[in-house]
Amino acid sequence: MNKKIKQNIAFFVFRLFSLLIVGVLISILGFIAINGIQVIDWEFLTTAPKEGMTEGGIFPAIVGTFYLVVGSLIFAVPLGVMSAIYTVEYAGNGRIVRFIRMMTNNLASIPSIVFGLFGMALFVNKLGFGDSIIAGSLTLGLLTLPIIIRTSEEALKAVPESYRTGSYALGAGKLQTIRKVILPSAMPNILTGIILSVGRVSGETAPILFTVAAYFLPSLPDSIFSQAMALPYHLYVLATSGTDVEASRPIAYGTALVLIMIVLFFNLLAAFLRQRLNKKLKQH
Amino acid sequence: MIKKISNIVIKQLLTVSGAITGIAILFISIFLFKEGIGFFNSPAVEKGYSLYVHASNPINELSSKEIKEIFDSEITNWKTVGGNDEAIKIFRIDEIFQKYSEEELGKDYQLLPEKLGEEIKSDKNIIAYIPQKYAPTLTKGIKVLHIKHLTLSDFFLGKEWLPTATPSPLFGVMPLFLGTLLVSILAIIFALPLGLGVAIYLSELANEKIRKLLKPIIELLSGIPSVVYGFFGLVVLSPLVQKTFHLSVGETALTGSLILAIMALPTIISVAEDAMRNTPRAMREASLALGATQWQTIYKVVIPYAKSGISAAVVLGIGRAIGETMAVLMVTGNAAVMPTSIFNSVRTIPATIAAELGEAPAGGTHYQALFLLGCVLFLITMVFSIIAEIISKKKNY
Repeated sequence: MNKKIKQNIAFFVFRLFSLLIVGVLISILGFIAINGIQVIDWEFLTTAPKEGMTEGGIFPAIVGTFYLVVGSLIFAVPLGVMSAIYTVEYAGNGRIVRFIRMMTNNLASIPSIVFGLFGMALFVNKLGFGDSIIAGSLTLGLLTLPIIIRTSEEALKAVPESYRTGSYALGAGKLQTIRKVILPSAMPNILTGIILSVGRVSGETAPILFTVAAYFLPSLPDSIFSQAMALPYHLYVLATSGTDVEASRPIAYGTALVLIMIVLFFNLLAAFLRQRLNKKLKQH
Repeated sequence: MIKKISNIVIKQLLTVSGAITGIAILFISIFLFKEGIGFFNSPAVEKGYSLYVHASNPINELSSKEIKEIFDSEITNWKTVGGNDEAIKIFRIDEIFQKYSEEELGKDYQLLPEKLGEEIKSDKNIIAYIPQKYAPTLTKGIKVLHIKHLTLSDFFLGKEWLPTATPSPLFGVMPLFLGTLLVSILAIIFALPLGLGVAIYLSELANEKIRKLLKPIIELLSGIPSVVYGFFGLVVLSPLVQKTFHLSVGETALTGSLILAIMALPTIISVAEDAMRNTPRAMREASLALGATQWQTIYKVVIPYAKSGISAAVVLGIGRAIGETMAVLMVTGNAAVMPTSIFNSVRTIPATIAAELGEAPAGGTHYQALFLLGCVLFLITMVFSIIAEIISKKKNY
């Protein structure tokens, strides 16, 4: 009987822990949602900050984050997908692939602030871009590269071998097979990886601190060499170093909520797509 | 023909992409280290300034720590640093303006160097801190005091991080390193039991329906940006810690590690759960068939089998926590002192980089010191991820 009681206690604790985690998530999301929803309206989303960021909206930060997401994808998607194609379709399973894979795995483990340091030293100072959208995008692109490579590799590997042999049997060359057969069937999975990295890029703060982010800009950025405001950095500024931290607290809640909604939207979208794809694959 | 050429071009392009991603990390590390290593060749005194002493002074060289202590009046006698038994007289440039009127110094201060020279010559126990712009003409009675280059032990064993102190900043990493370690390890101590419990629940107890609900929730937890965690910590957790433990401020090592624990949970849970689920069915059933309860099976069979996976989860979690920047920056209070208690404010390595890089002039000693910190961080996280990989590959049976 004794061991039965022990088991019951242990299992009760584990259930409690699981509930606790759900509670933590709900309290974080709920807290920000309840406080943030009060300030979010159309004006908040479409106007610039006013009165030392204690009033007005966050439009420039939304625009800046959008530019950074697009900019980093322009850089990271072609490079990531192409190197995934190279490692899966061309390089076989030799030493080079193992090396590349090890390197990209390690790239994923580097803290984001180190990317920020590197971006500042190379793009901002050495190449002379200054604090600019292009420097920030390249830094963020580098950060998402491992995500895109890994998901693309998995997507390519998931394409059944019979597709390839079938295509070859019809007389298609290797490139034709990749372009006409493999890529189209791997595309949805690759897309999932890209969506995932959109979520990641829009939430990152440390890499943009010294490469692009501006405390406040009177106008929207007009070229890839201008600075930009960005949502995560804006939240950081509002929370810690605004002109009047207490007065800008409501705006900070609103910014946090917008940021969370963007990030979670992309995460959920990716999860949803993946689930649908898995179902489809099972049906085949 | 065109098709053939384009085929070759595309193939080359793919190869180049593979090569770029393969060497990206090497490139990053080379760049970091190149900037960071420069630290050891940099002067330890603020750029554009020099220190001068009387020519008869037997001291030719001082370390940055000695200089700092002299100017803080902690060292007051030349004997302490190996000189004569005489009191040290500190001289700063402001004093010359009290002694001479503007006319006496000339309209563009053209007479300033001369007057400074006289001043230094007049006192053989003087140490003068003067901008090089007004460097006294080096006549017989004056010599420049050399400053020792910063050494490895200054950096790694130094107990004081005062990067903007004048005349001689100190770059001792010890308080930052210990702060990082304290916060990360404490975070794992909080997160590990919780994470393991949830992992056991997910892999052994929960039915498919609950699993399908719980997994995405944990994934969402890892999707929340770290700056949002920091914000939450700042407005909710830190006042809570302050009130609970009756502290004067809520931004402490404890607050930081609580936030980090929440952030490390998803990694720990998913890695540990994967490891437990990999336990062969036959082993579980053998245990149950011998009359063991489900709980006995879990802790006598499943957990030992998943030991390496669980260790990997811990190592990965610590690695993640060490590199985390924004959340920690916002809730630990950022006092760069040796950590003495979990209720004091600490500062971690990534938080230091984030807080100070913006103010450090590019190429200066402070800038290089921050890059060196980046190198340290890079190496630590790299070591942790390699250890995790080795552990998780090791087979127990």
